[in-house]
Amino acid sequence: MSANLAALGYLVGAVCFILALRGLSHPTSARTGNLYGMVGMGLAVVITLSLLSGASLWSFLLIVIAVAAGGTVGFMIAERIQMTAMPQLVAAFHSLVGLAAVFVAAAALLRPEAFGILGAGGIKLVSLLEMGLGTIVGAVTFTGSVIAWGKLQARFPKHIEERIPEPVLNVFRLFMRSAPILLPARHAINIAVGATILLLLLLFMATENGFVFFLLALFSFALGVLLIIPIGGADMPVVISMLNSYSGWAAAGIGFTLNNPMLIITGALVGSSGAILSYIMCKAMNRSFVSVILGGFGETGTAQTGAEERTVKQGAPEDAAFLMDNAQKVIIVPGYGMAVAQAQHAVRELFDALVGRGVEVKFAIHPVAGRMPGHMNVLLAEANIPYDVVFELEDINNEFQTADVAYVIGANDITNPAAKEDSSSPIYGMPVLDVDKARAVVFVKRSLAPGYAGIDNPLFYRDNTMMVFGDAKKVTEEIVRALEA
Amino acid sequence: MEAVDPGIINLIIFVLAIFVGYYVVWSVTPALHTPLMSVTNAISSVIVVGGLIATGAGGLAAAFGVLAVLLASVNIFGGFRVTARMLAMFRKRK
Repeated sequence: MSANLAALGYLVGAVCFILALRGLSHPTSARTGNLYGMVGMGLAVVITLSLLSGASLWSFLLIVIAVAAGGTVGFMIAERIQMTAMPQLVAAFHSLVGLAAVFVAAAALLRPEAFGILGAGGIKLVSLLEMGLGTIVGAVTFTGSVIAWGKLQARFPKHIEERIPEPVLNVFRLFMRSAPILLPARHAINIAVGATILLLLLLFMATENGFVFFLLALFSFALGVLLIIPIGGADMPVVISMLNSYSGWAAAGIGFTLNNPMLIITGALVGSSGAILSYIMCKAMNRSFVSVILGGFGETGTAQTGAEERTVKQGAPEDAAFLMDNAQKVIIVPGYGMAVAQAQHAVRELFDALVGRGVEVKFAIHPVAGRMPGHMNVLLAEANIPYDVVFELEDINNEFQTADVAYVIGANDITNPAAKEDSSSPIYGMPVLDVDKARAVVFVKRSLAPGYAGIDNPLFYRDNTMMVFGDAKKVTEEIVRALEA
Repeated sequence: MEAVDPGIINLIIFVLAIFVGYYVVWSVTPALHTPLMSVTNAISSVIVVGGLIATGAGGLAAAFGVLAVLLASVNIFGGFRVTARMLAMFRKRK
């Protein structure tokens, strides 16, 4: 295939990718969009293979084996993964893109002539720069995503834990805590590592040396770890979007090296997608991107819970059922706790039971509910809750004043009225769901413990709030039982 | 006039694609932000083309290439499959 024809083919592939993203503007067009994505990918692979005219049969065999093995593993994982585990799956997948970028850069350094980047006296300077940048971003994406995966996963399943020796397991546990790990002088360390990477990049461009490249990758791997360990679990929606963005920029960097328009376009699309999601998440938490990156949020857990005794109105699931049964309109507010308790199916039963009794039921989703953008929507969809009763914050916030009951399940900070009223609160200014405007608020929670931001929620002590203590799934099931009794 | 360097043309493509990405992604409904992440993850695995070229080059480069193809393949099949699974669940009220 001629280079021109190949380039045009890559263009078609890139357009397919744009259509794949465009399709996501609506659930009905999204499925077709995903097909476009697959076609684009197939096209990219076929075109590239057709360009490998000089390669040996052995190379093609290796490729077939690698694609078959990797593809099978990926497909099986995708087939079996639980929807609640989606954030850690996405983090794990990001790490692979990052590492692949590093490997491609290493290969390009070893055989520059195969990649068409040889100039008069060795590899072209601009190619070395692109390669180096691709490696840095790829390496940071890799280790950063691994750490993010650990924080989201929190622990291995029991049967795996039993096989890992105790000391090793303790190391894993340390890194898998969702709480931030704050090294002394961490900002100084990060700056030092960053400066070293910059120097190594310059040295690499000057010398084209393989060992310098190795050091460059090594320090970038270290930076990825250092950047993510101080960031707490509640900030994961930002981190995971940011790593999404990085994986795109890494791909674009490699695309420059390979002179491949499709890689450059895709990298730019993914890079800007992740950046926009990070922006949306930051805005939904009223935090600056810089403050998230610097980390440390949520490490203290020192809520300003005053010593004064405040009374909480406590109720049983039957009381909650009574309130809902007599309501005309119920708004359900799910949070990360619903995912942890796997309560989405119980919520669906509650939805059915209430709708069957003529109650209007809607769902209100805060942008940072859960551990990744759109996490709650996927869980509700999994439980067969139709998407046209699920609303985003700005579309439903006015409706709480006409709701008889707001049922808050596994959410906390995103309902905290302190964000609106208490200018001394750390989350002051964050957009929250106005559940306090509903006639009654039913709050399911394990205990009165503060949320991830470590802030007390004054909503618990309001007159129109009823706390139902217990597991989100169990409580919801009991409400359904009481409704149907 | 002298010919424009391919690197500059790449840069032009890159900058324009960022703008395309910006407008396309803002049009994505927030309800589908998780599938957006998984599908962008799948398409960024187009880095597989680099792995393919490296594998074709032979030698030690091929070893890195095969590893890159392996990792990217996990992502391609896993990413598109899991996206399809999620999208299949989004249904309207009957």
